[in-house]
Amino acid sequence: MSRVRADEEEYWHSSKFRAFTFDDEDDELSQLKESKQAVNSLRDIVDDDDDDLERVSWSGEPVGSISWSIKETASSSTSSLEGRDSILQKGSSSYAAFPKQVSSYSLSSLFKGRNKLPSFQSLSDALSDTGVKNYAPDLRRPKAEYKDYINDWSPKDTVRRMQRGKVCSLERFRSLQDKLVLLDEAVAGHDGNVITAVLIFLKRTLRREILFRELEVRQVALCHLIHFLKETGEQKLLLDLLRFLDRTEEVALSQYREHLNIQDVEKRREFLKGCIGLPFSAEDTSHIQDHYTLLERQIIIETNDRHLETSGESEMFRKYPRKASILNMPLVTTLFYSCFYHYTEAEGTFSSPINLKKTFKIPDKQYVLTALAARAKLRAWNDVDALFTTKNWLGYTKKKAPIGFHRVVEILQRNNAPVQVLQEYVRLVEDVETRLSLATKYKCHDVVIETYKDLKDRIQLTAYKCKVERGSAEEEKINSILNNMQIRWKN
Amino acid sequence: MAQRTSGAGVPSGPAPLSGVPVPAMASAGRRDAPEAPDFGILKRLARDQLIYLLEQVRAGSPGPGCRGRGCGGGGVGAGSSRCEPPARLPAAPREEGPVHRGRPDEPPGPHRQRLHTQAARGGQAVQGGDPASPQLLRPFYACEMVLEEEGVFGDVTCDEWSFYLLPLDEDIISMELPEFFRDYFLEGDHRWINSIARALQLLNSLYGPFGRAYGIGRCAKMSFELWRDLEGESEGDGQGRKPEIGNVFLMDRDTDYVTALCSQVVYEGLVDDTFRIKCGSVDFGPDVTSSDKSIKVLLNAQDKVFSQIRNEHFSSVFGFLSQKSRNLQAQYDRRRGMDIKQMKNFVSQELKGLKQEHRLLSLHIGACESIMKKKTKQDFQEMIKAEHSLLEGFDIRESTSFIEEHIDRQVSPIESLRLMCLLSITENGLVPKDYRSLKTQYLQSYGPEHLLTFHNLKRIGLLTEQAAGETLTAVESRVSKLVTDRAAGKITDAFNSLARKSNFRAISKKLGLIPRLDGEYDLKLPRDMAYVFSGAYVPLSCKIIEQVLERRGWQGLEEVVRLLNGHEFSVSDSAAEDSAEAQRVVLAVFLGGCTFSEIAALRFLGKERGCKFIFLTTAITNSARVMEAMTEARA
Repeated sequence: MSRVRADEEEYWHSSKFRAFTFDDEDDELSQLKESKQAVNSLRDIVDDDDDDLERVSWSGEPVGSISWSIKETASSSTSSLEGRDSILQKGSSSYAAFPKQVSSYSLSSLFKGRNKLPSFQSLSDALSDTGVKNYAPDLRRPKAEYKDYINDWSPKDTVRRMQRGKVCSLERFRSLQDKLVLLDEAVAGHDGNVITAVLIFLKRTLRREILFRELEVRQVALCHLIHFLKETGEQKLLLDLLRFLDRTEEVALSQYREHLNIQDVEKRREFLKGCIGLPFSAEDTSHIQDHYTLLERQIIIETNDRHLETSGESEMFRKYPRKASILNMPLVTTLFYSCFYHYTEAEGTFSSPINLKKTFKIPDKQYVLTALAARAKLRAWNDVDALFTTKNWLGYTKKKAPIGFHRVVEILQRNNAPVQVLQEYVRLVEDVETRLSLATKYKCHDVVIETYKDLKDRIQLTAYKCKVERGSAEEEKINSILNNMQIRWKN
Repeated sequence: MAQRTSGAGVPSGPAPLSGVPVPAMASAGRRDAPEAPDFGILKRLARDQLIYLLEQVRAGSPGPGCRGRGCGGGGVGAGSSRCEPPARLPAAPREEGPVHRGRPDEPPGPHRQRLHTQAARGGQAVQGGDPASPQLLRPFYACEMVLEEEGVFGDVTCDEWSFYLLPLDEDIISMELPEFFRDYFLEGDHRWINSIARALQLLNSLYGPFGRAYGIGRCAKMSFELWRDLEGESEGDGQGRKPEIGNVFLMDRDTDYVTALCSQVVYEGLVDDTFRIKCGSVDFGPDVTSSDKSIKVLLNAQDKVFSQIRNEHFSSVFGFLSQKSRNLQAQYDRRRGMDIKQMKNFVSQELKGLKQEHRLLSLHIGACESIMKKKTKQDFQEMIKAEHSLLEGFDIRESTSFIEEHIDRQVSPIESLRLMCLLSITENGLVPKDYRSLKTQYLQSYGPEHLLTFHNLKRIGLLTEQAAGETLTAVESRVSKLVTDRAAGKITDAFNSLARKSNFRAISKKLGLIPRLDGEYDLKLPRDMAYVFSGAYVPLSCKIIEQVLERRGWQGLEEVVRLLNGHEFSVSDSAAEDSAEAQRVVLAVFLGGCTFSEIAALRFLGKERGCKFIFLTTAITNSARVMEAMTEARA
């Protein structure tokens, strides 16, 4: 194969003719398309039958026309090209019978792929790319000439050719029957690129109801069309299709997705408002409602706070200037923000954390975690304390948390809480081992000592003595415990 | 890069794949595995073709400065040791910019933009700075349609750079198609199947013919069929050559999502999870290099330090590195007490190597430190524990509340999602109550627009809600009143198969994926592939490959195949007389990406069984990439 190529190359190098090869891989063909506009304007004058453009015959050109001059050059190349092509097409001898002189200027060019077969082969391609444009006008030829040449690949062959990146016209598949056979062949060929190409053709040549109806029973092709419409942004057609298929939830989601492209908050809010009525599942409808409410809320907070910040009235904003606007942030981030800046506000205001909690039914766990993180960040230890303190009916206070206290400790520690604060929560960690390891890690000596005492573990307690400072209160405490005769040590 | 450096000798006798497992293996298998074929040729092919194409482009461009960025002539070839991945290529031609001026006023919509970029990613380069006048290489039909509609069709010239295969390492070839995963598994688009078939065709013609082909998954089957179809025409290409690859195994990613979703703990996987390895190289930031600049490091078998630790469990990496640094110190120290001549020798022969090793060593030590720092901050230990519980299927409640807290604390949107998916797949979907509550909290923590992400995950089957038991049984009982018991059983089966089930628990039991724990698992001396997940789980994908190779087919695995939703095949080409050596080389093809953990596990298996695995993947993946592919981007 490559030998033929080499010969050919040599020929073109030695020849004064430029190679105008009527081969699928030729690049100058694509350059030809540059003259498309020019040709387009000619079309109205010459004739109005587009389809016949496919049937290009190179015989009987009126001498002296531009196309004639092409023919002169082209014919000299056909023999070698034919040879090459037939090698390429080995195994399907019927192909070789047709010269591959498909007009490059045609609707089929739309479907032209350029998969050069074995990739290394193309390395030896010698392609010229100059002086081609002049030839373009030859594509307009008297109508009668096209009639004697019929390019009729079977649907299967058409698909196979397209899979191999060859030019192939689909225009001749005009009956619905033919179109569907073509589509089914494309699907059977497993090449998504070809399936999409056929679908583009069907979409252009079939009324959409018919197209939709046929795709409903062809799931693979349907997926391709939906993906294609998503990629090309043909939202309206996509929605029509989904409606036709009764996929109402997808219709809703697909419309909802559009909000991501709306930058302006007011417009986005309006858009979301419109989304509420869409046919989501019951569960999702409430999420959409929440999304709308949240953005509405954020807009109010943002306007207020920006004013507060710029006027410099609020100490909070002066001390901790905002890093970013709260618009379009998730709910938890909004809650954190409001716990940070608006913690003490009355429940009635839109920006108060309690109001947010109620409006969005934020679970206790999530609320406590967020509030804790925000208040710890501000080192407002009293607020932290209050967060976990509950009174029972007898008036005793007790520390309770919807999350594990080890988690509380971790969050406090991350915010550099002092040992006194930390200690209190380490003590509340239920699991003894976790408590010990946390207490040791964060040097909450009292907790360690007491835990060992509770465990009656004299050896560990004695060992811990070297971890505390000499002469400190902790050391004294250890000593007094160790000397306590009341305790019945286990070791 | 693809030089044969492994140093393993050529094995003498034929050895069956299903040999007795060799227990100890820390350094090398007892029986030498054959070497991987030389993939350098793939690179040369791609490079030559690109140069050719660029020269074509240049021939048309009038300006000087055609030799930018080392693309002209020998630049790519002689200078750089690797091919540029396709994504980075546009930079090269863009500089000398050919000259089709398009209409700069034309704003292409985002979707069109995507088609443009897509065109660029599939082994195509977009040329010209402004999107209206790109030069596409190998366009999709859809891309051409867009160009035509935009009225720029003639102004744009298209060429294909049929760049299917990027050898990332001696044994890894990537197609660099990360979008394959979403396109195929989520959108159901078959557009890349042709590329896969062609990649197989190319490998088959260069290193084949493949004697036996196995596979599982719909895409695997289609790719295989299309490849056979293409192969039918180009008979004779690979004839008469000595085959180097005897077996090929194709697998769809959806056969095994679990493995892809696990946290990785072998070194290479951890580096990928932590720093993101891109096209075989990684950017180590200032925290690793302990200087103020980042360093780009190629991670492959050429890196003498990396090649020894890449497959190791993270816990044994420290020991290795410190041992290595002691050795290095000792070698440096030798120079004391040398005479002039010895010193001269030392400087001229050894010093450079030592310096190089020193550099690499300090980089990897830095990387380890940085990984440790990040992981302790994220309660990695706790997360691994939760993951292992999910894999084993106990303490599900506890794991669920761990995930809930993870979400509530806004630790990481991707990680939260990953854990939820892991829970869903291992449990065959979430209990409706949990699903609702986790979803709500997720939306509250990370943004309501993730509603779309959840929809995607449901569609692809990664995160589903268990069908409410009542409704199903209600229908069943009504049906069973009408028909006999046996028929009712069949109907129940049919109901069950309606939802695409993962059946992980049953498969895991069948294949013994959770090793029984008798004593401590010595991660330094692994006994099976489970070491890549701390001895807690044998990667399903690798286990399937092992089993099928051992049985030379799917016999005896019928139940597993059924649980995996079928689409298996096993074809042997009787004509291909493969040598004993080729017999022991296996091309593992992962459609939808494979992880470094899987690569490590199969490398281990190869050493055990005296065979060599080569990897062809649409892209290197990990849990984060899988999740990100499903996430709807914030605009």
